[in-house]
Amino acid sequence: MSGGEGHALLVDRGNLKKRRRVNRLIEVSSTLAALLAVVVLLIVVGSVALKGIGALSLHFLTTPTALFDEAGGGISNAIVGSAVMVGLAALMAIPTGLLIAVYTTEFAPARIAHAVRFVLDILNGVPTIITGIFIYGLIVEPQHHQSAFAASVALAIIMLPIVARTAQEVLGLVPGTLKEAAHALGIARWRATVRITVPTAAGGLITGSLLAVARVAGETAPLILLSAIFAQGVGVDPSQALASIPIFIFQASESPSPEAHTQAWAAALVLIAFVLVLNVLARAIFARSRRRMGV
Amino acid sequence: MEAGALSTPVLRARRNLKDRIGDPLLLGLSGLAAAVAVVTIGGIVYETIHLAGPAISKFGIGFVATNDWNPVTNRFGAAPFLYGTVVTSAIALLLAAPLSIAISIYLTELAPRRLRRPVATLVDMLAAIPSVILGLWGILVLGPFMHGTVEPAMKSVLGFLPIFAGEPSAFGYLTAALILTIMITPIITSVTREVFETVPGDLKQGSYALGATRWEMVRQVVLPYSRAGIVGGAILGLGRAIGEAIAVAQVIGGATGIDVSLFHTGGTLAAQIAAQFQNSAGLQKASLAYLGVILLAFAVIVNIIARLIVQRGSLRDRNVTLTEAEAL
Repeated sequence: MSGGEGHALLVDRGNLKKRRRVNRLIEVSSTLAALLAVVVLLIVVGSVALKGIGALSLHFLTTPTALFDEAGGGISNAIVGSAVMVGLAALMAIPTGLLIAVYTTEFAPARIAHAVRFVLDILNGVPTIITGIFIYGLIVEPQHHQSAFAASVALAIIMLPIVARTAQEVLGLVPGTLKEAAHALGIARWRATVRITVPTAAGGLITGSLLAVARVAGETAPLILLSAIFAQGVGVDPSQALASIPIFIFQASESPSPEAHTQAWAAALVLIAFVLVLNVLARAIFARSRRRMGV
Repeated sequence: MEAGALSTPVLRARRNLKDRIGDPLLLGLSGLAAAVAVVTIGGIVYETIHLAGPAISKFGIGFVATNDWNPVTNRFGAAPFLYGTVVTSAIALLLAAPLSIAISIYLTELAPRRLRRPVATLVDMLAAIPSVILGLWGILVLGPFMHGTVEPAMKSVLGFLPIFAGEPSAFGYLTAALILTIMITPIITSVTREVFETVPGDLKQGSYALGATRWEMVRQVVLPYSRAGIVGGAILGLGRAIGEAIAVAQVIGGATGIDVSLFHTGGTLAAQIAAQFQNSAGLQKASLAYLGVILLAFAVIVNIIARLIVQRGSLRDRNVTLTEAEAL
């Protein structure tokens, strides 16, 4: 095809067979590429499900981790710790992210809105281990000990750009006619934002928040620096380091013992189920709210 | 604010206290939130450099080229980890970029309409798998498979090349690169698929009308039209690969030297920090933070380039369609 860059296709050069063969080859390999991606997903999720389901039991979910990989331990402390850290992170990041989106879509001049968007994109590109180093220097080092609170601040920083960027997109989808109608009625700006714009976009805002929660629920890198050395048993005090599901999986995966590996698979199954369910839920809510907004 | 100019004194008098406080309050709160994001990015840069201070003043810029990581002699350098980061990310990008383009071609041009959304969703789900789980899978499933099957096969065919010459092993650059490929393929795909979808249908129809096969249409219309998006998406994926700490730390083996064989163990900037930061002190901790400074610089630069390319591309495309529209 090197000679006929696109402009001589109408001329029959007797190479139709070759062109068809090349076309077929590309079609088949593109289909195989898509198939490969789906197969890899199935293999990974399948491995986790098959190897994890055996060790998964009510006992496993409701018993704290045993000392030294002993059989019989569970992940109740890790579940509680993860819930505390992710919950605190969500409490910090979701309101802040929504406010940032409100600022850029409702108040800020175009240039500042653009700059804030740029900062959020850069923040989103910061490796999460670096966020961990930042919070280590900011909170852990001055306090001389790790804490779940430090970890949740790091998770909140990771969530922030996800929440804010999706919220910006969604608020941008709210029909301008609605806002104009509100202004025409003389409704104050804050009231129009709180009562009209945000509720109209609620579905999409919830979607972005759920995706952000799903993302940080499995986040491991900052937790290694911020909440990896913790006491035995179930704890809920954020001023102390707490166990978490990602750290449990990480530590068990590094262990040579097969029992620990089985436990890691079971914990991975719990985490992956949580993350995938949140993802599916988020997509369903978004699809529904898009239909309702008529976009 | 504009409303103030319009409203008569009568209307203003009827605005209640809540409304007079509400507007500036929401503006203040939301502006403050935006300021938090800006301050955070500044804080990240400052704090990382601050923690790296002792190592920066001891080793200077030569740190980057020093091929040594020795806590006993207190000599540290970034070269092995820079090498590992570049090698694993480059392999991941070389594999993931063509894969992502092929998947996007399938999703936008080939797949039956009913299949498009479900398959696209499944590919997106791949990005949702937590990296620690991919790492676990890498240790217990992919690693042994690489050790027992893939690497011996590669060695018997390509073993004359030094990069494929070493002893096969479960952990190493190649296993890490494959895990990264799995992580970034859905990221690149989501960008390329989106730009492929914006290619105007009439351009495609025109190409078909001239007798192009589907691939010729893709090569002559879709790919040139989407070039900026493809490059931008690929660089975004690269940024993600450079910064991944956990999955790589789990499968790369944690060696602190440079090894030419891709089968052998090594380290990356991010993985080295994840592996050692918690149990280090003094100059070693500062050196790890120094690795973090290099990693942060890498990640920020790569991200800025990607955003600029995507932005310029979409602006340029808009201009092109405008001039085309005017010509008609």
